[in-house]
Formats: sequence, C-alpha cells, structure tokens
Amino acid sequence: MEHEFQLFPEQASSYAAKLDWLYYSLVGVAVFFTFLICVLILTFAIKYRRGSRASRGNPSNGNLKLEFTWALIPFVIMMISFGWGTRLFMEINRPPADAIDMYVVAKQWMWKCQNQNGKGEINELHVPVETPIRVTLISEDVIHSFFVPAFRVKQDVLPGRYTSIWFRPTKPGTYHLFCAEYCGTSHAAMRGKIVVMERHEYAAWLEREGTTPASVQGRLLFERFKCGDCHGGDTSDDGPMLSGLFHRTETMRDGERLEPDLGYVRQSILEPQARVVAGYQPVMPAFQLSEEQIFQLVAYLETLSAQPLKSNTLPEELSR
Amino acid sequence: MITLGRKPHNYLNANYSPWSWLFSTDHKRVAILYLISITLFFFVGGATAVLFRLELMTPRGDLVISETYNKLFTMHGIIMVFFFLIPSIPAVLGNFLIPMMIGARDLAFPKLNLLSWYIYSIGGVFTIAALVSGGVDTGWTFYTPYSSTYSNTAVMTAALGIFITGFSSILTGLNFMVTTHTMRAPGMHWFRLPLFVWSNYATSLIMILGTPVLAISLLLVAVERFFRMGIFDPKLGGDPLLFQHLFWFYSHPAVYIMILPGMGVISEVITCFARKRVFGYEFIAFSSLAIAVLGFLVWGHHMFVSGQSMYAGMVFSFISMLVAVPSAIKVFNWTATLYKGSITLQTPMLYALGFIGLFTMGGLTGVFLATLAVDVQVHDTYFVVAHFHYIMVGGMVMAYLGGIHFWWPKMTGRLYPEWWGRVSAAMIFFGFNLTFYPQFILGYLGMPRRYHTYPEEFQVLNVMSSAGASLLGVGYLIPLGYLLWSLRYGRAAGDNPWRAKGLEWTTTSPPPTENFQVTPVVTEEAYAYSAEESEAEYQRQVEEFARGEETLEESRREL
Repeated sequence: MEHEFQLFPEQASSYAAKLDWLYYSLVGVAVFFTFLICVLILTFAIKYRRGSRASRGNPSNGNLKLEFTWALIPFVIMMISFGWGTRLFMEINRPPADAIDMYVVAKQWMWKCQNQNGKGEINELHVPVETPIRVTLISEDVIHSFFVPAFRVKQDVLPGRYTSIWFRPTKPGTYHLFCAEYCGTSHAAMRGKIVVMERHEYAAWLEREGTTPASVQGRLLFERFKCGDCHGGDTSDDGPMLSGLFHRTETMRDGERLEPDLGYVRQSILEPQARVVAGYQPVMPAFQLSEEQIFQLVAYLETLSAQPLKSNTLPEELSR
Repeated sequence: MITLGRKPHNYLNANYSPWSWLFSTDHKRVAILYLISITLFFFVGGATAVLFRLELMTPRGDLVISETYNKLFTMHGIIMVFFFLIPSIPAVLGNFLIPMMIGARDLAFPKLNLLSWYIYSIGGVFTIAALVSGGVDTGWTFYTPYSSTYSNTAVMTAALGIFITGFSSILTGLNFMVTTHTMRAPGMHWFRLPLFVWSNYATSLIMILGTPVLAISLLLVAVERFFRMGIFDPKLGGDPLLFQHLFWFYSHPAVYIMILPGMGVISEVITCFARKRVFGYEFIAFSSLAIAVLGFLVWGHHMFVSGQSMYAGMVFSFISMLVAVPSAIKVFNWTATLYKGSITLQTPMLYALGFIGLFTMGGLTGVFLATLAVDVQVHDTYFVVAHFHYIMVGGMVMAYLGGIHFWWPKMTGRLYPEWWGRVSAAMIFFGFNLTFYPQFILGYLGMPRRYHTYPEEFQVLNVMSSAGASLLGVGYLIPLGYLLWSLRYGRAAGDNPWRAKGLEWTTTSPPPTENFQVTPVVTEEAYAYSAEESEAEYQRQVEEFARGEETLEESRREL
C-alpha cells in the first residue's frame, strides 16, 4: 500500500502478471482502433471539407466485401479475447489441491477473518508468501465482495451461500482488501489489509499470536452441542456418521444424490429438515450457530475424514 | 413567439392556452412536454453529480456524510437512467420526428402518447417525493437483500416511481412500433425509412419486451419488504442472485435503449453534413436489430463474480463478445460515409463526430468487461463507471444534444447561435474525456465504485475527474442558455436550413399541426444526398460571392 501516485497496479500474486498481459494486449487493441477511427475521421473531415479539391467521383453506398471484412476482424479479435480470458478465469476458479484454507465472514461493515491455525482477525488477514491460499467466504447480512486489486482477484460474498477465492502471493507486503459490492452506509469503510509475510516470519507470527486451532475449537463445539450423541460412534441409528463425510456420496430421502460439502453441513445445522439423508428420520433440531462456529465445526469434521482429499494444514515447514 | 410578419399556422401558435398544451394529443406538443420534463430531470441528476464529484476531490469524507453520499449517487443513477436517458431521444426526438419522417399526421395512438407523458410525470413525482422525503441509498440497481430488507430509506417510493414510469416506456414503444408498421406514407417502404426510425423501432422492441421484467422485479422487492415473504433474502428463504438475474434481464437491454436511438441520430446528422448517402444502409439497420436481440442474451455478464456458475459465465462472455460485431459495423459504416463527402462542421456534426470517437472507446472498453478474467479485476470499479459513461454520456447525451441542435430549427423555427454551439460542443467533448478517462485508470488500479472515501494514492486521478466534471457542467449550461435565448432572438431558420433530405424537412418550420398539407409520396431512397452537387453549388456560391466583391470594388473605384 503505497501512498504515491500510480498508473499501474502492483503485481503481488502469481496470477497478476498473467492478467496484466491480457489487459495490456486489450489496451493495445483499443488504442489501435480508437486511433484508426479518429485518424480516418480527421483525414476525411479535412480532405473532403466542402470546397476542397479532392475528387468525389463514383461515390459508393456500400460494399459487401468491406462489410464482411469489418465484421470478421472484430469477430476474430473477440474470439481471441474470449478464449484467453476464459482460460485465465478457469485458472482462478480452480484452487490447487495443496491450497491452505482461510475462512472469511463478511458483515456490515467488517471482515472477520479466520486463519486455519486459529488466529481470528478483524479487517486483516495474514498469509505466507508463495503459498496458495483458498479463502472460503460467507456473509452474515447483505452481499459484499472480497477484492484484492494487487492479486487481481475478486469474488462476491453472499449471505447463506459459500463462495471461494484463491491466490498465491508472491511479494511480502501489505495490500488493500476492498469491499467491492455496495453494501450500505459504510461501504467505503469496509476496507482491510492483506499482510503477506515471509514464510518463516509467518510461522513466527502464528507462534506468537496463534490461539487454539480452528479444528480444536470445533471439537469443543462438537462436544458442547452433543453432536456425537447422534452422529458419533458406529452404531447410532439417529444420524449419519460424520467421519469421512466429505469423501462420500449420500442419497437424500427424496432421491437426490450429493457429495456433502461445507454448504450441506451448514444447511444441515441451521435447517436440518431441508435435506435429510435416506434411511434417517428428520428428527434433528435446528442449531443457531454463528458462521464462525460453523467454520470451526467443519474444520473439526475435516480432521475426522479418513483420508483428506485436500490438505487443510500448512505445509510441514510451517506447522507448529 | 414566431413573428415573421406573416404568421403561418403552425403547431406552436395553434393555441396559446396552457390547457391546449396539457391536453394536446399532437405528437409534437407531447414531445415538447417531454423535452421540458427531461431537461428538468437532467439538471437535477447533474446537480447530484456535482455534489459527489466535489466530495471526491479529497480522500476523506469531508463534504457530506456517507449516508448523504450514498443517496446522491443513487438519485443520480435513478434520475439519469429512468427519467433522462431512457426517455431522452425516443420520447423527445422520436415523438417529434417519427410521424414526420414516415409522412404521417401523428402517431398511431395520439391519446396513448399523451397518457404516456402523464404516466412518466406521475412516476417522476414519486421519485422526487423519495428524494425529498429523505432519499434512497440502494444504488440505482436495487441489489437485494440490501434493498429488500436492510435499507431504511425511501426504497419503495423510488421503486414505485420507476415501476410507474416503466409503463410510459412500454406505451411509447408500442406506439412507435404500430406507427412504423401501419402509417408509412405511400412509397415509404421499409428500406427507405430513415435509420433513425429503424433504431427507434429496435428500441421499442426492447421497451416492450424488457420493461415488464423490471416491473416484476421491483414488485417482488416490494412484496419482500412489506410482507416479509422470502424471495431474495436467504434469511427468509430467498435467493439474492435471483434479483440480479431479473434486474439485468431488463437492465442490460435497457442499456441499449440508452444508445440505439442515439445511433439513429448520428446516421441522420452524418449523412446531412457529409452530403452523402449513408454507407451500408442495410447493415446499419439490421445491426440495430441485432444489438436489440443480442441484448436480451447477455445479462449474466454483470454477474461474472457474483457466484453464478463458471460455465454460465463462459456462455454470457461469448454472447457478449458477439455484440461487438454489429457495433463495429456501425462505426465503420459511419466513418466510410464521410469518404468522398462534402463535409461541413456545424454543431450537430461536431457532436456526431465526437459521438463516433467516444462510442468507439466505450465499445472497446466493453470488450474488456466481456472478457471474463479482466472483468474479475474491473467489475464494480471505476473502470465500469467510465465504460458506461462513455456509452451513455459520450454516446447518448452527445447524440441527444447533436439531435436537439440539428432539429431545433424544425422544432422552433429558429436558429441557435452557431459559434456558441461549437464552443460548447468542444467544451463538452474535452470536459467529458477529462472526467471519465482517468476513471479507467482508477478502475484497473482497483478503486471500487460507490466509495465515499478512498485511499490517498487515488486522489490525483479523482481530482482530474472532478475538474473535468466542472468543465462538463458548464458545457451543459451553455446550450441551455443559448437555446432558450434563440427562442426569442434566434434568426428565423426557414423551412430547411441544412438543406437536409427526409420528409420532416419538406414541411414548414415549425410544422403545422397536421404536419403535411398533402400526404407526401416517397419516390427516392433515404439520404439522397450528392456530394458532387453540393460541391458544384458551393462553387457557384463562391463565384457569385467573388462577382459580388468585384462589382463592389468597381463601384467603389467609380466613386
């Protein structure tokens, strides 16, 4: 975050330079065609001003070849831009398997960030450099948008539904986090910082600041709400087993098949009757958990998984 | 008002009582009613912009508090979109000109036409009421669940205003379509229609098919607000993205309502001042229809980062790219029209040429937004603000002003002062670019739109933008002044000061209530201009002038 005048945004993620290539290519196209049109207009306006000596014989009112040419050229450029933009878009929509998870809850008008290793932060998110980070987002009220210009990524944050975003910071420093979707009175004040740290500094920071890991907090919740009474063990008939939950496909009572994910767990806690697994009775009461508590519970449930599909912990050198 | 010694009968002097205006079903008088109302709204909307541009001179919120700031940009959007841009060219110039351009006495449904102005005015009253009773802070887009459950401002009053005004759009569109189909003069077949009529026809299509969807979406917001019925708010069991789908299904096509009629004006003005038939008539005509139809299939490009599926994003990106093709066709055809013309640069032509340049920039930056990955960075930033102002202000407002100047002699029988016209056109062009060009840079740097305060590094560009806005504001006040002045003091225009083609120029200025004494019969193509003839005539004039000088010189010597 520099306070000097700039014309180009800083490149602070592995993706930023890739997007800039596309962006500046489009700038090139735009400048070329704007100049072409302006030069043509000015040339004609001068050459064919009334009273000039230019020849005006055989005026043409149309030319099929010309029409197809100037339809085809933009079309080809558009298709290139479409293909290039789509390839990059797919890249930022598919987090790498080794990304570490962070959770962010947005509300009017603040960002509540939850580091996987327990540290909760307000309007700040500390991340290690050169590490892919996946941020799972949810809003408590209206729509917000998680926007880090230096990383060239943005994702709307919806109430009642998870979205996610990922990036791989490449440069230690402090970067703007903006809310980009208008969210009411103090929208412009809903700003935060992403602090990118060297890996060893980050590890030291966690050591210094770290509290109970999210999964441990989740386990405490799990015990406090007695989730295990129905979902624990192997023998209970009351509710489905939770170990390995994220690695199987479940069939619902109405025949729908789904792979349980964060969204399904959240719905099952807040409105348990909505989608009940086949073979079970809709007997679970609703629990009014906060979004942060749900994140913690899920972090715990993930440790119950038989074999994690994705690593939810820091790379070895970072873990305490 | 018109005193030319003899007082020819015309629509302005037919009757002077206020009732004869308020209950007139004459399309020309209804057009003037619209002209007065949208001008009022334009300056109210402009005043809000002045205030928030002043606020944005500094990074801190030191002029107004955030609530006020939010209400200012919301009113700016609502007023400019629904009460100025959408009715601007169709309801003023379209109303005035379409019947005359096709050789008809009036629109197909004159009473419906007057009714649509009343509906528009009632909608306007509600909107002004919302403004006076404390304002609205949702943005003109009314995104849920903020608008439906969280905002404590006069959301419903404003939404009701827009809901009501929508019906005036629908009725105007219906009127134009039926008129174009059924009331063309003998010989005025479809491919002899002025391109202004084609573009308004395409616009009408959108007004009729799109506006009801907007009405439905606002109604659903009202239902959720009043009855707490879960439609958009997930806490009540709704889906917040549903609103965005419904809203943009109308509002993207509505963006084309805000540009297509402008393209029609440009085709008329360029041909007249280049003394050339338009290049590629059919391509320009059909590209308007193509834009109107494609416009209904691209709404999802407002939602690339909203959480809609990645594959939906790809489809919407692809179709949005296609819009570039008909837009490019138009720009190239207008430019080619200039080739081998006999060009003069009066005020309307300056506006038209400015339009082409600014529309080209607006269109090309649209490609950035249609490109998925680039949109992720610039979505909801000043880049988007700059882009749509290039289309709507650089495009539509330039075209509207160009059109007003072009047809002013026809509407009032008076000429505006040419020098002032050129000065203000140049001022608007430069002021506009200074206002909005820096915003492209701001957007890519990451400054989000609708921000009351901002990080300090964005200040220089914001100050440039505000400086441009003040130039732009003065640029808009000058025409207001001299056009009003010209009503009384302007030179008498004669029937056709531009020697323009088109049926509206074959009748007197101002036209009689019934438009034509005898129904015209059309025997030639549209824009039957000839640059060679124009040059020959100019040579004759030059020679005549030289002869006159010689005679003058001789008589001086003799004395």
